[in-house]
Amino acid sequence: MALADQDLKAAIAVTRFGLGAKPGEIAQARQDPQGYLRAQIRRSGADQPPGEAATSAQRMAEFREYRRDRKDARVEKTADVGAPRLKAAQMETGAQNQTEARDPVKVVGNMLRQDISSDFTARTQLGASTDASFRERWTLFWANHFTVSATKAITGTIVGPFEEEAIRPNVFGRFMDLLGAAESHPAMLTYLDQIQSIGPNSQFAMFARRRAPRGVGQAGIQEAVQRKVGLNENLAREIMELHTVGVDGGYTQADVTEFARAMTGLSIGSERDGVYGGAVFREQAHEPGERTIMGVGYNQRGKGQTNAILTDLAAKPQTARFVCTKLARHFVSDDPSPALVARLESAWTVSNGDLAHVAEALIAAPEAWDPTPRKFKTPYEFIVSSFRAAGGQPPNFQSFGPILTALGQKPFSAPSPKGWPEDAQSWAAPDSIVKRMQFAQAFSSATARDRDPRILASDALGERLSVETAKAIARAESRPEGFALLLMSPEFQRR
Amino acid sequence: MTAFTPSRRSLLATAAGFGLSLQLLAVPALAADSGLNKKKMIVVICRGGMDGLSVAPPIGDADYHGLRGGLALSDGLPLDGTFALHPQLASLHALAKAGEARIIPAVATPDRARSHFEAQDVLETGAAGVYSTTSGWLNRAVETLSAHRKVDAISIGPTAPLLLRGKVQTASWSPGRGVDAEARLPSLLQDLYRNDPLLGPALARGLATETMAKDATAGLSGPAQPAMMAAGKAGGLKAGAGGGVQQGREAAMSLGQSLAGFMREPDGPTVAAIALDGFDSHANQAGLLNGRLAYLDAVLDGVHKGLGPEWQNTVVLVATEFGRTARVNGTGGTDHGTASTALILGGALKPGGIVGDWPTLKPGALFENRDVAPTLDMRSLFKGVLAEHMALDRAALDDRIFPSSATVKPVLGLV
Repeated sequence: MALADQDLKAAIAVTRFGLGAKPGEIAQARQDPQGYLRAQIRRSGADQPPGEAATSAQRMAEFREYRRDRKDARVEKTADVGAPRLKAAQMETGAQNQTEARDPVKVVGNMLRQDISSDFTARTQLGASTDASFRERWTLFWANHFTVSATKAITGTIVGPFEEEAIRPNVFGRFMDLLGAAESHPAMLTYLDQIQSIGPNSQFAMFARRRAPRGVGQAGIQEAVQRKVGLNENLAREIMELHTVGVDGGYTQADVTEFARAMTGLSIGSERDGVYGGAVFREQAHEPGERTIMGVGYNQRGKGQTNAILTDLAAKPQTARFVCTKLARHFVSDDPSPALVARLESAWTVSNGDLAHVAEALIAAPEAWDPTPRKFKTPYEFIVSSFRAAGGQPPNFQSFGPILTALGQKPFSAPSPKGWPEDAQSWAAPDSIVKRMQFAQAFSSATARDRDPRILASDALGERLSVETAKAIARAESRPEGFALLLMSPEFQRR
Repeated sequence: MTAFTPSRRSLLATAAGFGLSLQLLAVPALAADSGLNKKKMIVVICRGGMDGLSVAPPIGDADYHGLRGGLALSDGLPLDGTFALHPQLASLHALAKAGEARIIPAVATPDRARSHFEAQDVLETGAAGVYSTTSGWLNRAVETLSAHRKVDAISIGPTAPLLLRGKVQTASWSPGRGVDAEARLPSLLQDLYRNDPLLGPALARGLATETMAKDATAGLSGPAQPAMMAAGKAGGLKAGAGGGVQQGREAAMSLGQSLAGFMREPDGPTVAAIALDGFDSHANQAGLLNGRLAYLDAVLDGVHKGLGPEWQNTVVLVATEFGRTARVNGTGGTDHGTASTALILGGALKPGGIVGDWPTLKPGALFENRDVAPTLDMRSLFKGVLAEHMALDRAALDDRIFPSSATVKPVLGLV
């Protein structure tokens, strides 16, 4: 492995560790590329996307009202139903638009959809404009590690708030705290079905069973289904498999079920709880008793049991190994060297999972500065880095949302709790390359009509710009064509 | 040596891999048979763990209603004395009644970890266990077949499923606007990519597919929507009652027809893969599966109608990574299980009843007192179709396409 010189290191710092270079950025990093990155580590966490942020509790409450109103509207077949936002919508549109006025529930539905788009737009604008794009990439890694996806209607409106409340403040703190914040957040509890999970021997279940009709068998079970009383092991399994020890972490089906029992009671507040839409613990739904998970007994009561289990899972060496491998895979190579993983793992272990310390170890690792770019950009990375190269910001959702969907990375909608894939094979299908090219063409026409693509290229890639690409850009028949060639060049597509 | 044609050379290279067998040498003779070149195979992967007991509910099984409680289906479309199909699978049901679709009610991969991601890997790599191979079995099948005859493969969707990833550069396509053939950029880029092993072949393949797409998708009723392949509607909210479902169905149908359109092209692919997401039904399963199975049914209907006369040469397989718990869980859903239901359909299919045995849902018959017990290895099903429909020889199937699987016998007599 050849050692990169200072200019090349500056380019690597900004494009591999960060989200791509804005004009002038590589020059800023040149003095001290590693120091440039270290300065972005911040105890207080990541930046928050611009604009006024709604809390997940507000969104949750709004969504519940929307759903109730929609139901009421169907039942009553009338437009005059309770919620304030609905009434406002009705007044706003009433006179001008007859069709919409007849269905104000639809209007609110559209507003909620717009909330999702504007959350994602704010996040993309932050990525496109930030001066600390290593900090943002580091944050996006954790948001993907703890994926909450908009594939369920209700989670859509709270993915943005989830990232802002649970992920961003904790990305340079202890892994344990990040884990705790993510798993107990209403968005995660909803996404992985925890809120309805109820201990079979909890007070709540006992009560429900007493109220069930005497008949045994089918009727009784049906009643139980209607009342939704019982365990759901989805969150328990994914915490172990995806968030902590990994699928080979040494747990069994019995451990998953025990963990699911321990977590019963984690739920979301209603109006009566005083924390409408916020996380609450319901003692009455909690499965009483001691639990045994991966050979350890937990006799804590209530929420303390979940906390104790999460603390133990966070501290396991399998977790350090699993998460550090993912970090190395994200930042450096689909197939990272064991030496790099070992460095990160050891930083994790000596610091008890202090993520700032792990970030420093990543910056210090020589393997991370290999001149050969081994990572193929995901669609989001490609689009964000294109805006950065142009020195601009996406003006609205329309300017990047549809293309992300066409490239297979629909905003806030990872296909599963595993999050978005990392490897080149997932993103470099023939169809995707053609669609990236179409985006580059349209984007260049819109942004580079009057800019010299040779300067844009050297600003975007610095020493990473190859002779072949520079030559092709210099020979382009128009400025937009030159800029499109830059965006589609092998070195811009990788980092 | 230079006189060898490329196909002859690769045939010898392949043969050298496992020793020249008589069957292998016999294959080129078969290739002269134009019928074989027309054989088509489509694999549909349903991700998330599709609930077999909802796809083909065993309404005649005495334990079904007790285990499923409120999730038990009473309006299934009857198949035989034991099984029905989910009410949303109406097109599939019509095919089954015509002898062109069968169910495999208790099939599983060799993986037992109940992890989506591990099970999907095993399903798609065709390996006996996780992490043992990184390419898809369908790609290796195409690679092996390519030694004997021209075989092309395509995946539909913005990302290629692992099933079709591997040594052979396959095509991929998803709906979108076409490429301007006059533009300079594509050829400039092909030049810039000439030494790029990832981007070079991918772009060339993508451009060729775009050219084909113009014919393949001509005259379709409505636009296929790439976003519709995932579970979530725009932003996760339904666009509106009724209209959204109908639009979804049309988009799904159109997607199936597009796939069929490619396969009907003169030089079109004969092997195809498509992955549908969103079958993980831990909660409120009834509503979720209504939507997903309606979508699946429409895709299959689109493939059937779109293929026209080529349907007679086609076998479609529908499979998922695992089934779900036999019992309903506490949240009106089911958790990760083991065996599920696979589907096989196509005009090339022989009529028949269920494929594989039904283990029943009796208390002692459940796997780990929890899941439908597998009676058939998923690889047996795949091998059967590859052997008899696509004419792949047993040695390649046992060793190369499904590594170390000699003891896993192909299901014969399906076509």
